[in-house]
Amino acid sequence: MGQSFSGYRRPDGRVGVRNHVAVVPTSVAAAAVSSAVADDAGAWARATPHQLGTSQPDAARRQTERVLAGVGRNPNVGAALVVELGTEDITADAVADRIAAGGTATETLTIREAGGTAAALSEGADRLDRLNEEAQRARREEADVSELVFGVECGGSDATSGIAANPAVGAACDRLVEAGGTACFSETPEFIGAEHILADRCVDDETRDKLLERVDAREGMAELMGVDLRGAQPTPGNQEGGLTTIEEKSLGAISKGGTTPVRGIADYAEDLPVGGGLTLMDTPGYDVESVVGKVSGGAQVIAFTTGRGSTTGNPIAPVIKVTGNPKTWEKMSNNIDVNAGTVFDGESIDSVGERVFETLLEVADGRQTESEHRRLEEFAINEIQPEELEAEAGA
Amino acid sequence: MKGRVLDDALLLLSESDNVGTTVDDLGSGTEVDFDGRTVVLSENVPFGHKVAVESFSAGDEVRKYGEVIGTATQAIAAGEWVHTHNCESTRGRGDRAAAGGETA
Repeated sequence: MGQSFSGYRRPDGRVGVRNHVAVVPTSVAAAAVSSAVADDAGAWARATPHQLGTSQPDAARRQTERVLAGVGRNPNVGAALVVELGTEDITADAVADRIAAGGTATETLTIREAGGTAAALSEGADRLDRLNEEAQRARREEADVSELVFGVECGGSDATSGIAANPAVGAACDRLVEAGGTACFSETPEFIGAEHILADRCVDDETRDKLLERVDAREGMAELMGVDLRGAQPTPGNQEGGLTTIEEKSLGAISKGGTTPVRGIADYAEDLPVGGGLTLMDTPGYDVESVVGKVSGGAQVIAFTTGRGSTTGNPIAPVIKVTGNPKTWEKMSNNIDVNAGTVFDGESIDSVGERVFETLLEVADGRQTESEHRRLEEFAINEIQPEELEAEAGA
Repeated sequence: MKGRVLDDALLLLSESDNVGTTVDDLGSGTEVDFDGRTVVLSENVPFGHKVAVESFSAGDEVRKYGEVIGTATQAIAAGEWVHTHNCESTRGRGDRAAAGGETA
């Protein structure tokens, strides 16, 4: 018997580490009502407000819908309310059907049909109460650590990220993968300059080819637009923190996934396998969108490393913050869960990795992270840009 | 920590690296022993930034983690700060493609 935690087993067999009722708007037009309904209900209700409009080009719309459905299907969600204005290309019914297909209790709310925002708030409150009753039937039960899908992310990187925090989180990923679980890291622009190392670790040619193709596509966007990636990567903050080039940033970034073979590469917000080993996800480098992609893919817990300090959380998955910068720990320890800056005092990467892994199990068991305490719940969906659509059409 | 710390001052992440990472804010004149040679910092270098432990000519590869992280854009002497003012990426350079007329 491996290590275990207690979680909520869902009808589809996956295990949640939280039991939220998600309030999911299908467009920006339903975002304010979704947030208000969730806020009025209490901390058990979690809204996922975003800025995407009521109408998008086909490929962009399909991706948005996949994210919305994925968020509702995340095993941390016990029930979901899908909210629309009523004029969206993405209907609440379509998203709710995809969520309900996994056995999750869902309801929909249409602001226009309800008779405007005031009436929608009142109807929304009733529906949320019913959904919460449904969700509250779930009880924590023992689950094996191999059932965890652990998403890892970095943001506000500096030179300590690649030296301390990322390798420590990577050591935790190695432990989880060894125990049979799934670890996932993303942000394809931050594979540039390190893709040869990842390619060598791919389990088969198909995975390798897909990885290299995705890196080419992300790098190609800079060429397509005739711009220099250096303006944005590394960011001015990364540069102040000692990172000079994207290659340097990437070489540090990939260490957060550990050292095990790369078993697959998922599209943005595509389902991540349970018990799948190390899996990559093709996402942009914007950390909030990248975290959301992995949560939509089913990650129950996120580890987020930062050198310069980041307070980012997520409404659906607890986010464990790890810093390798002793000064950042000193200044921002109330926003950070694990201090990896101790490697500069001689603690081994392996020992910090063990602390990250223990924190992962405790958080899975119900311990609140610093970002959960403070209800820091950033949410953003990656919108496929016109240039990307054109590039795809021309390919 | 992975790698080797020289004189509690510079972290060499791989033996093939030609830059070290400072593990503290270091002042100009700081002396670091690197395998019997003394590298003297010619300027202040903040925590986490890089210092040349060998001399570079323009165009030479800059190595950290045992990998190429960019190229020197000018001559760099051992002990100098290595950053965006004298080292650049070779990747994601749409500007070069544009200058060469290769952009779609």
